[in-house]
Amino acid sequence: MDASEIGTMTIPMNEKIDNLLDDATTGNARLGNRHDSNAQPFIRIENLSKEFDGVTVVDSVNLDIYRGELFAILGGSGCGKTTLLRLLAGFETPSTGRVIIDGIDMTGLPPYQRPVNMMVQSYAVFPHMTVEKNVAYGLKKDGVDKTQIGEQVSQMLSLVQLSGYETRKPHQLSGGQLQRVALARALVKKPKVLLLDEPLAALDKKLRERTQFELMNIQDQLGITFVVVTHDQEEAMNLATRIAVMDDGRFVQTGTPTHVYEYPTNRFVADFVGTTNMFEGTVSRIADEHLLIDTVDFGDIKASPTPGTNVGNQVWLAVRPEKITISKESITSETTTCIKGVVTDLGYYGNRTIYRVTTETSAVIEISAQNQFRASEPILDSEDEVFVSWDLNSGIVLKE
Amino acid sequence: MNTRYSEMADKAWRSFVIYLPYVWLLLFFLTPFLIVFKISFSDPVIAQPPFTPLFDWARSGLSAVYITFDNFLFLFEDDLYWLSYLKSVRVAAFSTLCCLLIGYPMAYAITRADTTARNILLLLVILPFWTSFLLRVYAWMGMLSTHGLINKGLLWMGFIDEPMKLLYTDFAVYLGIVYTYLPFMILPLYAALQKLDLSIHEAASDLGATPFRVFIDITLPMSATGIIAGCLLVFIPAIGEYVIPTLLGGSDSLMIGRQLFNEFFENRDWPVASAVATILLFILVIPIMLFQRYQITAGTNVNE
Amino acid sequence: MRQRSTFLFTTLAFGYAFLYLPIVILMVYSFNDSRIQSVWNGFSLRWYASLLDNAQVIDAALLSLQIALISATIATVLGTLAGLSMTHMGRFKGRLLFTGLIAAPLIMPEVITGLSLLLVFVSTEQLIGWPESRGTMTIIIAHITFSMAFVAVIVQSRLSTVDKSLEEAAMDLGGRPYRVAIDVTLPLIAPAMVAGWLLAFTLSLDDLVIASFVSGPGANTLPMVIFSKVKLGVAPDINALATLIITVIGIGVVIAGFVMQRRERARITEYQATR
Repeated sequence: MDASEIGTMTIPMNEKIDNLLDDATTGNARLGNRHDSNAQPFIRIENLSKEFDGVTVVDSVNLDIYRGELFAILGGSGCGKTTLLRLLAGFETPSTGRVIIDGIDMTGLPPYQRPVNMMVQSYAVFPHMTVEKNVAYGLKKDGVDKTQIGEQVSQMLSLVQLSGYETRKPHQLSGGQLQRVALARALVKKPKVLLLDEPLAALDKKLRERTQFELMNIQDQLGITFVVVTHDQEEAMNLATRIAVMDDGRFVQTGTPTHVYEYPTNRFVADFVGTTNMFEGTVSRIADEHLLIDTVDFGDIKASPTPGTNVGNQVWLAVRPEKITISKESITSETTTCIKGVVTDLGYYGNRTIYRVTTETSAVIEISAQNQFRASEPILDSEDEVFVSWDLNSGIVLKE
Repeated sequence: MNTRYSEMADKAWRSFVIYLPYVWLLLFFLTPFLIVFKISFSDPVIAQPPFTPLFDWARSGLSAVYITFDNFLFLFEDDLYWLSYLKSVRVAAFSTLCCLLIGYPMAYAITRADTTARNILLLLVILPFWTSFLLRVYAWMGMLSTHGLINKGLLWMGFIDEPMKLLYTDFAVYLGIVYTYLPFMILPLYAALQKLDLSIHEAASDLGATPFRVFIDITLPMSATGIIAGCLLVFIPAIGEYVIPTLLGGSDSLMIGRQLFNEFFENRDWPVASAVATILLFILVIPIMLFQRYQITAGTNVNE
Repeated sequence: MRQRSTFLFTTLAFGYAFLYLPIVILMVYSFNDSRIQSVWNGFSLRWYASLLDNAQVIDAALLSLQIALISATIATVLGTLAGLSMTHMGRFKGRLLFTGLIAAPLIMPEVITGLSLLLVFVSTEQLIGWPESRGTMTIIIAHITFSMAFVAVIVQSRLSTVDKSLEEAAMDLGGRPYRVAIDVTLPLIAPAMVAGWLLAFTLSLDDLVIASFVSGPGANTLPMVIFSKVKLGVAPDINALATLIITVIGIGVVIAGFVMQRRERARITEYQATR
C-alpha cells in the first residue's frame, strides 16, 4: 500500500478505532450479552473426525458456538485447525460426526449449498475479474436480481472502504485492499457464519493490528457469527469472544481469552498461549489456604489450593513472567515464594524488559518487568545477584 | 432449490467431464489395438476386408472362435521381418544416442544464456517442432542428392573427386531421424537442466570439484529424468518411423514401419501387417510404460 | 570458464545451423528458375505461379485446412475435459487406464495408430454399417484422437498451476462445479487451450501416415499429395509450396509465441500481486 492511500484512509479509521476501543476492552462483556448458558448453540460440532490416509487430522471434536460470537481456533501449524474450518465450509467430508448450523445438519452438503462463507489466507480474489465482479460473484450465483446486486455490492464496498475501486483489477490492489475485497465478497452473501482462515497473516504488523479492529467493527455491525483460525495468540485474544486451543486434532481448552490466558488447564495451553515458567514437582501437603509442592529445583513451594489434587500427585506449577517480581532484596511473606539467582540474560523492549535469571540449581526463570519509570541505565544488569518472587495466587497448578 | 435435481446436475457434469474423453479414447484408441491383436490371428483372404472373421457373429455368438498363429509363424520364418525389427531397434537406438550427444550441450548452453537470448533460442528449438515434419525431411533430399549442396561443398573443398551417394543410404536415414527428433530431445533436457540451481554447482566447485567432476557428480544425475524422457520421446516414435526411411533410405532400407506400411498397402496382407504391429507393440511396451511413469512425474512441472 | 563458454557457443551455432540450414536452402532453391535443383538459373517465381494452377494441390490444401480446423476444435474440447478429469475429478473408476490412454498417443508410432484406427473403422462398418465410406470424416476422427492427447498434456500442466483456492472460493460463494469451471477455471487456462488448439491444428495439417491409413478414395490431404510427389525425388513446385507453408506457420508460431509470452508475463504479475 502506498503512502497516499494510507493518508486517505487514516481519518475515518481513527474515528472508528476510537469507537471500537470501548468495545474491544470489554470483549468479555460482549460475550456476556450474546450468549447465556440456556441459549441454543448456533453451530454445533458433534464428535467430528477427519482422517487422511489413516492419519487422524481432526480427532472427535465437540464444540458449540453461539450466534454472534467471534470464535477463534488457535493452534500451531499442522494441528488440524484449517482442516476443521474446511469441514465447516464443506470442502472436506468428515470421517465421523456431523456439523449442525442453525438447526440444520450440514453433513454431506457441498460448499455451494451451505449458508457459510470462507475467507482464506491467500484471499483467492479472482485475478481475471474486477473488484466489483468479484464481490458480485456470489450474489449472481444465488440468482439475485441485477439492480439489487449493484446496490448490495456498492454498500458492501463502502463498508470495507473500497468505494471507488469498483473497476480495478486485483493486480492493481495492495495486500490490505485484496483482503478487504475477499471480506466483502464473502460478507455480501450475508452468510450465517463467516469462516476466516488466518485472515491477517499476509499483512504487515501495523496493518494487521488496525485490521483486527476493523474486523471486529464489521462483525459488530452485521452480527454475523465469525469463526477465525489463527496461529497468532495475540490476534486470537484481541479478536475473539472465545478461544479454542487446538493441538494434534483435539481441543485442549476452550474459553474466553482471559480464561485461557489466566487459567490454562494444561501445560500445552499454558505454554502455547503466552510464555510460562513451568516447575515440575509432587504435591507434598494440602492445607486449607495453600498446597505445598515439592519441586525438583527449589524444594517446597506454596501454591493456591487446587481441587482434585492429592498428596503424591505429579504436578507442574506455571507462573507467567509478568507476575514475577525481580529485586535486589529478598522479599519474605507468608504467601510469597522467593528464589535467589543471577541475571544471565536480559532483553530490552522499550516498554518492558525480559530478564532470565539462573538459579543455584541451574533452572532458568523468565521475568517480564514493565519499565514504568524512565531510567538512563538499567537498574539491573547481567551478573547481578537478584531475588525473584511471586505470590502464591499467581501460580497455577497443572495436572497434565 | 431442488436439492435432488441439482445433485443430479452435478453428477451429470462430473460424468460428462470424465467420460466424454474417456469413452472417445476407449473407442478410438484402445479398441483399435484389440482389433489389431485380433486380426493378427486371422487368415488372409482375397476379399474386402481381406481377412477371415475371428468371431462369426451370424452364428451362435462367440462359440465359433477361429485362431491361427500362421501370421506369427510367417514372421519368424522369414528373415526379412526379424531383420527389420533388429535394424529398426538399432537405428532408433543409435539415433537416440546421437540426439542426446548433440542435444545435451545445446540444452545446457540454452539454460546458461541470459533471459532474452534464452527465450529466442527456445523458440528456435520449438519452431521446427511446429513446422511440417514431412517438409523438413524433404528438405534433406535436396541437400543430400548427388548434385546437392553437401556434395558440391565437398567437391569444392577437394575432399572428394566425384559425388558421393548420400541420398537413399542408411546414413541419410540416421541423419533424417536425428534432425527431425532433435527438438524432442532438447526440450525435456532443457526443462530438467533449467531447474538446476546454479548455487549447487558453485557449492560443488567450492568444495574442490573440477568442472568435469561437477558435471559427472551433480549435473548429470540431476538431469536424469530429462535424459530418460528425451530418449524415450526419440526412441519410441523413431522405431516405427515410415516417412524418413521411405524418402531418405534406400529401397533395401528395412525398417519395420516401412515393412508394415508395405505389407498393408502393397501386399494387402492385413493379418500379417497386424501381426507386425502386434510384435512392434510388444517391443515397445516397456519403453512406453517407462515413458508414462516419467510423464506422470514430469507432467506437473512442465510449466514451471 | 572461458573455454567452456566457447565450447557451448560452438555447439549452439552448429546445432542451430543443423536445424535451419536445410530449410533455408530449400527456400532459396524455390526461387530457382531451373527445373534441376543443382543448377541455379536465376531468380524466378514460376514455381509459385505453377502452384496456383495446380488444382490438385489447392483442393488438397483446402481439405487439409478444413480437417485441421474441425479436428483441432473438437480435440481442444476433449483434451481440456481430459485435463480437467485428470486434475479436478479426484478418484474415479479406471483412472489408471485413462492416464495411460491419454499419454500413449503422444509417442505411439504413427503406423500403429493409423493401422489400428483403420481396422476399427473397417470393423464397425461390418458390424453396424458405419462409417459408410472412409474419407474426411474418418481422418477427422483419427486426428482428434491423437491430437487430443497433446492438448490434454498442455492443459493439464497449466491446470496444475491454477491456484486451487480460487476454485474453492468460487464454490464457497455458491458456484456449482460446472459454473466454477466456466467462471474461474477456463478463463485461467485459456492461454493453454489456445496453445493446445494451435498444436492440434498444425499436427493435423502435417499428418501423413495416419491420414494415409484411414483415408478413402478421393480424400487426399495436402501431405498425401506432397508425399506422392516427393517420393519420386525433388520437385521444384514442392519447394515453392514448402516455402509457403513453412513461412506461414513460422510467422504464426513466432507471433503466437510473443503474444503468449507477453500474456504470460502479465499473468504472472497479476498472480503474484494477488498472493
